[in-house]
Amino acid sequence: MPKVLMKGNEALAEGAIIAGCRGFFGYPITPSSEIAEYMARKLPKLNGVFVQAESELAAINMVYGGASTGQRVMTASSGPGISLKQEGISFIAEAELPCLIVNISRGGPGLGGIQPAQSDYFQATRGGGHGDYRTMVLAPSSVQEMMDFAVTGFELADKYRSPVMIMAEGTLGQMMEPIIMREPVTKLPEKPWAVTGCRGRKPNIINTLHLSAEYLEERNHHLQNKYTSMALNEKRAESFQTEDAELVVVAFGLMARIVKKAVMEARQQGVKVGMIRPITLWPFPDEAIRQAVNSAKRFLAVEISMGQMIEDIRLAVAGRAPVEFYGRIGITPNPEEIYQEIMRIAQREGY
Amino acid sequence: MKVIARRPESLTEAKFHYCPGCTHGIIHRLIGECLDELNLRENAIGICPVGCAVLAYEYFNCDMLEAAHGRAPAIATAIKRLQPNNTVFTYQGDGDLASIGMGEIVHASLRGEKITVVFVNNAIYGMTGGQMAPTTLLGQVTTTSPYGRNKDFEGYPAKMAELLSQNEGSAYICRTAVNNPANVIKTKKAIKKALQIQQQGLGFTMVEILSTCPTNWGLSPLDALDWVEEKMIPYYPLGEFKVKED
Repeated sequence: MPKVLMKGNEALAEGAIIAGCRGFFGYPITPSSEIAEYMARKLPKLNGVFVQAESELAAINMVYGGASTGQRVMTASSGPGISLKQEGISFIAEAELPCLIVNISRGGPGLGGIQPAQSDYFQATRGGGHGDYRTMVLAPSSVQEMMDFAVTGFELADKYRSPVMIMAEGTLGQMMEPIIMREPVTKLPEKPWAVTGCRGRKPNIINTLHLSAEYLEERNHHLQNKYTSMALNEKRAESFQTEDAELVVVAFGLMARIVKKAVMEARQQGVKVGMIRPITLWPFPDEAIRQAVNSAKRFLAVEISMGQMIEDIRLAVAGRAPVEFYGRIGITPNPEEIYQEIMRIAQREGY
Repeated sequence: MKVIARRPESLTEAKFHYCPGCTHGIIHRLIGECLDELNLRENAIGICPVGCAVLAYEYFNCDMLEAAHGRAPAIATAIKRLQPNNTVFTYQGDGDLASIGMGEIVHASLRGEKITVVFVNNAIYGMTGGQMAPTTLLGQVTTTSPYGRNKDFEGYPAKMAELLSQNEGSAYICRTAVNNPANVIKTKKAIKKALQIQQQGLGFTMVEILSTCPTNWGLSPLDALDWVEEKMIPYYPLGEFKVKED
């Protein structure tokens, strides 16, 4: 396949098209708007549907409707917009509608800013809206992965009949890198539950109301079983030089690539440091962390937030090693900063 | 023996949960008859609201969805765009459509979405127990306007048919009532016309139907029908507000 230079947001949009997405419903917000703009240019030419919704609420409900037809559909936004979508995401999770939701994340709370951040981690990994549900969350770290994860996201969404979220720092949406294009997906799964008109079959109903307490509980058990199965089968992480590491840095997204550079520099100074990059933020790859605890004496969470993923790291470590934190907000730490932090800990602890 | 009246095929055999004297049942039946007569049952996709008609997916014998409060027009938009050959309708109450869903309904109309909206206006929140609706009349007592709706505090009742008829995207906007047999027949004609205009692809269609809520109005079913005539129709005049010719 050809190599092309693409912006992260456009690579993600193209990846979605490659995955067979033919419906995009969104509302403009920086730094995600290029995804909508790309879809507005491309989808009409592919007999697809692009609608600029009047609000984030409408956009996510269009995704609810679109996914109900069984077609691959998506929306993209950023922090404040994703907050508004939470009602719809809760409905989509319970109605078991596969779709892709993209958060090109920026710093909050409130209107916050437009600079990159990872501070929507809690919102993404804890469900986000009302009720007991989860969305699988993929965190790309390169423009190539922006494209690849769009395809993976749709596959996972269909596999589990569940919304899947891609969360990427604004930087990933805005930066350009050369990527290798992919072959279009041609075979899409059958969806006999979709609302298409009931010709030749019984009517299909897409619904999230369960007035009987017993049935509501049954539905919740059904969802939890699905989440257990996701947790069993879909945890993904990249481990880098963790085998002998005394200090393991944990970071995701583009932040992980920056951390990797700092880790390599520290290694050159003889510091036994490694890195774990969670690729799925939910389900969180706790086994990778647990494995590392056997050799690691200490962990360092590096996040573009005030410390959110660190809670999942601590849950995985379960008190067997200290977990330290280095984070900023709206400002992506540079390799030098992380290197200094690693060296400071290494010198202090004598690693 | 000859069958002269029967349940429309487009309705299931489930028993309605509506209160005695409530006119939701009549409106459901009219939609069912229209779907039958236009041979649309197997082609139709309906979206029900949050409100008294929240369970309507159990009553219509076609593909159905249950929407979040007010969001049915957004859901209908995506379905119709992705599957333009389906007939798509929403069934919404006054709180759903004219309050929490005001944004969705206005923009579906502005975009000229080729859907049919059945808007049931009974001037009150029924399911939650009789609170003030955006269509509650001035002076009307509800549990959240216990001294009567006062224009200085609660503002004025929303005239949705008039409002949406101003939008270029609206192809058919009509207000009817189901308080007497003549009006019931006119309502059926309006629903059928709206569905046909949707099929012609002319744009957004809505039938606003003045309906009763004896339970929360605190009236007998018969008095409730009179209340529609005496109180609602003077403020909400009946008729076609927009008919786009092809």
